[in-house]
Amino acid sequence: MTSLTVHQTPEAHPDTSTPDPHQDTFSKTVLGFWMYLMTDCLLFGTLFATYAVLHNSTFGGPTSHEIYNLSTAFIETMILLLSSVTCGLAVLASLKNAKASVVAWLLVTFLLGATFIAFELTEFHHLIQDGHSWQKSAFLSSFFTLVGTHGTHVSVGLFWMLVLILQVFFAGITVDTFRRLVVFSMFWHFLDLIWIFIYTFVYLMGVI
Amino acid sequence: MFGKLTPEAFIHEGSQNFAVIMVVLTGIGLAALLTYFKLWKWLWKEWLTTVDPKRLGIMYIIVALLMFMKGFADAFMMRLQQALSVGDSHGFISPGHFQEIFSAHGTTMIFFVGMGVVFALMNLIVPLQIGARDVAFPFLNALGFWLFAAGAMLTVVSLAIGKFSATGWLAYPPLSGIEYSPGEGVDYWIWLVQISGVGSTISGINFLVTILKMRCPGMTWMKMPIFTWSGLCAMVLIIFAFPILTATLALLTLDRYLGMHFFTAGGGGNLMMYVNLIWAWGHPEVYILILPIFGIFSEVVPTFSEKRLFGYASMVWALVVITFLSFVVWLHHFFTMGASSNVNAFFGIMTMLIAVPTGVKIFNWLFTKFRGRIHFETPMLWFFAFVLNFTVGGMTGVLLSSPPVDFQAHNSLFLIAHFHGMVIGGVLFGFFAGFTYWFPKFTGFLLDDKLNRYAFWCWFGGFLLAFMPLYMLGFMGATRRLDHYEAATGWHPLFIVVFIGAIIILIGASIQFYGLIESIINRDKNRDTTGDPWNGRTLEWSTPSPPPVYNFAVIPTVSSVDPLWAIKRGQAPKPAETYEDIHLPVNTPLAFFIGMLAIAFGFAMTWYIFWLGAISFIGILTCVVIRLSGKDKFEIIPAEEVKKMEAARRSPASA
Amino acid sequence: MARKRPIRLILVLTGYILFLFMFMQPFLVYQFRDYIAVLFPKGIIALEQRNLLLIIQGIMLLVIIPVYILTFIFSWKYRAANKRATYDPDLVDNKLAEVIWWGLPLVLTLIVSVLTWQKTHELDPYKPLQSDKKPVTIQVIALQWKWLFLYPEEKIATVNFLQFPEKTPVHFVLTADAPTNSFWIPRLGGQIYAMPKMRTELYLMADDAGDFRGSSANLSGEGFAGMHFIARASSEKDYQEWVESVKKSSHTLSLEEYQKLALPSQNNPEGHYQLQADNLFDKIIDKYMHPQEK
Repeated sequence: MTSLTVHQTPEAHPDTSTPDPHQDTFSKTVLGFWMYLMTDCLLFGTLFATYAVLHNSTFGGPTSHEIYNLSTAFIETMILLLSSVTCGLAVLASLKNAKASVVAWLLVTFLLGATFIAFELTEFHHLIQDGHSWQKSAFLSSFFTLVGTHGTHVSVGLFWMLVLILQVFFAGITVDTFRRLVVFSMFWHFLDLIWIFIYTFVYLMGVI
Repeated sequence: MFGKLTPEAFIHEGSQNFAVIMVVLTGIGLAALLTYFKLWKWLWKEWLTTVDPKRLGIMYIIVALLMFMKGFADAFMMRLQQALSVGDSHGFISPGHFQEIFSAHGTTMIFFVGMGVVFALMNLIVPLQIGARDVAFPFLNALGFWLFAAGAMLTVVSLAIGKFSATGWLAYPPLSGIEYSPGEGVDYWIWLVQISGVGSTISGINFLVTILKMRCPGMTWMKMPIFTWSGLCAMVLIIFAFPILTATLALLTLDRYLGMHFFTAGGGGNLMMYVNLIWAWGHPEVYILILPIFGIFSEVVPTFSEKRLFGYASMVWALVVITFLSFVVWLHHFFTMGASSNVNAFFGIMTMLIAVPTGVKIFNWLFTKFRGRIHFETPMLWFFAFVLNFTVGGMTGVLLSSPPVDFQAHNSLFLIAHFHGMVIGGVLFGFFAGFTYWFPKFTGFLLDDKLNRYAFWCWFGGFLLAFMPLYMLGFMGATRRLDHYEAATGWHPLFIVVFIGAIIILIGASIQFYGLIESIINRDKNRDTTGDPWNGRTLEWSTPSPPPVYNFAVIPTVSSVDPLWAIKRGQAPKPAETYEDIHLPVNTPLAFFIGMLAIAFGFAMTWYIFWLGAISFIGILTCVVIRLSGKDKFEIIPAEEVKKMEAARRSPASA
Repeated sequence: MARKRPIRLILVLTGYILFLFMFMQPFLVYQFRDYIAVLFPKGIIALEQRNLLLIIQGIMLLVIIPVYILTFIFSWKYRAANKRATYDPDLVDNKLAEVIWWGLPLVLTLIVSVLTWQKTHELDPYKPLQSDKKPVTIQVIALQWKWLFLYPEEKIATVNFLQFPEKTPVHFVLTADAPTNSFWIPRLGGQIYAMPKMRTELYLMADDAGDFRGSSANLSGEGFAGMHFIARASSEKDYQEWVESVKKSSHTLSLEEYQKLALPSQNNPEGHYQLQADNLFDKIIDKYMHPQEK
């Protein structure tokens, strides 16, 4: 019975032809979150612009051609894309009110995301060990910051996922947990999109 | 254990010690009053945990006014120093301290007075004008306020503990980098701006969704009040511009804390990139400050001309054009940085174009007065002064937008005169108009009129005296931010005149402050019993003064611009009296807690007390998780009770 | 809203205050004319910049003055107490009016834009000045908190003072070994930033001999207010004599001496040096381009 309630999220209110005493939390939250994602997009845009300006300022140190590992980046891309798929499957499961499937798919997404972070941390660790830390040049600063900011966002997503898993596990699929799941999936897909840009403009173009 | 914090941080130069003592005594005094009148519980329940935008709006104003006093004290000290420090005399402030003062002045005025005023008005006016009971995200709205307040608090803390930034209100590197500014000053600035900036972004999203989704039935886009339109445009500017600030501040932070090379001179850094990024935010920011002010005048002028706003569609288009253009002009803040002529000329021309829609707005206001019946209430006086002062400021803006002219005026006092014409002649005068206009709505009584008028004349005359000579000083080669100059420059007499102007403004501000207190004490004499003291035209005037917590017992349905005017002229029906249960969000302490933890976080990070930073960050995270778990709670006022409340309000009023 | 307002008093008072300010200005400008560098320039660039300013100002006044006049007239004529004025509460639109005040300012802006485009290119700081005289090249280095001027051809250097011949183009090449500063001699022309690791250029030319005040127009730290200097334009003969006298200075600017000079100091007195360090300007910029072996 809760699945029907969940489906019946009220329509978005275009030009206010009828009053809405229930304040329409779902569509407002989704719209608000889209706006937040737009601000996040601009934040990343600033970091991309910075990278574009500074990526050749190697200050005598290594260039992107010398330090980027394209195969690792490719694996990371595939992991993240796959995690987007599993995240989508979690949302689909929630529409069917299948609590166990939701938790399971979220756990898989979490593991994939964690693997992504593990790969990225290893990459950073190797770079620093080889003496290519963010202190060495503007290029390295901008690389670590752009990729690191994305990684930080993914880590926040991982933490968010854990909280969500617990919420769904204990409270089931309710109006609130469904809304939060949808919003989380928007966030996760957005991060995947940003990663595609990073893969293209940082790694691929950095090696060509 | 305490990072970089040492006991030396508590010792200051003479005048600053005095300021610190004043602040501490005021704080103790307030705490004593609250204890004596047993008001702590009331403070907690009614104000610190509120999610009511009407309350939050008042809190924004209180913080903005307090910060205005601090910012004005900064300005007063600066002008006194400059009136004294010539030739062999070096005034009473050391150069380093002077530089802290003007940095604090600019930061305070823009981030805490300007943005405070904007968000105060958004909270107070927008929900009422669109016929809504609340905003889209009441908790986020409260959180936005508390982050704003946290930034303000950190500014005050920086007065008492350690030094503030001495690199100006925008902290250009490499001066603001760790090499040239190794102290805590720039770090204070970074964290307090960053924290309040996050608050602004959150509030911007909140109001944008509110205006998009919560307008009452019948209020299509072209029937919204212009103030709401101006708020909408300002919020759009916020969500597009503030992320740039967040990122840029983060990059500067990384340079300073982790030795990165974004903006350092060596290491491949690009200091010009900072200037570009910070102004890509900075220019939209000044439009965020002024657009709601334009909105205020679009409400005040029609009301006091007993006539609808002239050219509604034109005004909307002007707002939209200004919003768009404000993103393509940022380079005019640094024509002198050596860009090519093509680049400079392009941005100069784009800047000139903004003058066109702004001028359109002035003409539309003037022609609202044309064939109207004008009442020179105090808000209209402020509008009058605005037209006279803001136009001059705008004219000098067009002068500055031509690169060759700018080469002779950039960073001189000519520039200072220009932008103060905009922020005082525009933002501040507009705020005073709006404050006087809407004050009775939220308090239930009017401000003392006579005192307000005396204050007006002091402000008008004082402003002219304090800023017109600056145009000439700029042409005499006087640059900004100077703590001392030679007698041979010939500037001294003008600096004395400017200081006298500052004194007159101080008198004006003091009269306003006194007037506010006097109005509160004598409030029974100036009661507003009708809810509509000015014969208003928009929905907020259809509610009692102050409005009930739910704003409207019955959500109105509108069919035209100026819906209340339509009702008064019999062109629209009065709202029906069928009552429903009203759902309202409950109070929450979490926004306040996050704000307090943010202060601790900002302070900790400034002083490198990383264990404290970690704890406060975890605390913030915990509050967030608590908030995002569990069900959303609501308070329900049953329809019967609403009916009783409405009846009770109506009977004494109709007497 | 039925209170009587002293409209006449308000308008007269405001008008009077404005009148005072507006008409005081020519008087004040005349009083201070010896000091108002931007309006009474002594260099060709500053002259062009001033003329552009006055033209744009004039065009703007075509809009501002009607706005002021209308503000006063409407406020008086349509005051609520004036029962004779037409009251038309539904007059909310007029297409012609909109066309005029969107269109006319747009046309004026167009005119000013064309003028700006032309003049920006003409007065590009990097653009060499037309003259049959060979330009004097002066390398400018902003330090904390003084200005260092290098004359690479004449092999001299000065601190907080510079001299050059009148009616001769001066080619400034600027950088900084300090935070960003801005090099400004208002009598001669507009300013340009001097930034570390960056190289900017500025051409100026003095019409007459004289002493002109220069300063830094960008906050660069504690001693920034003390960064003013004298730029002296003299006859060609006096200039050559001056160069010769500096060449005989007892102070020498070697690389070592430069390192000492570059240390922070405030309110430096004028200094004169023989320039011994070769390519000092390029070396200073280069310092920021590569990791330094400490």
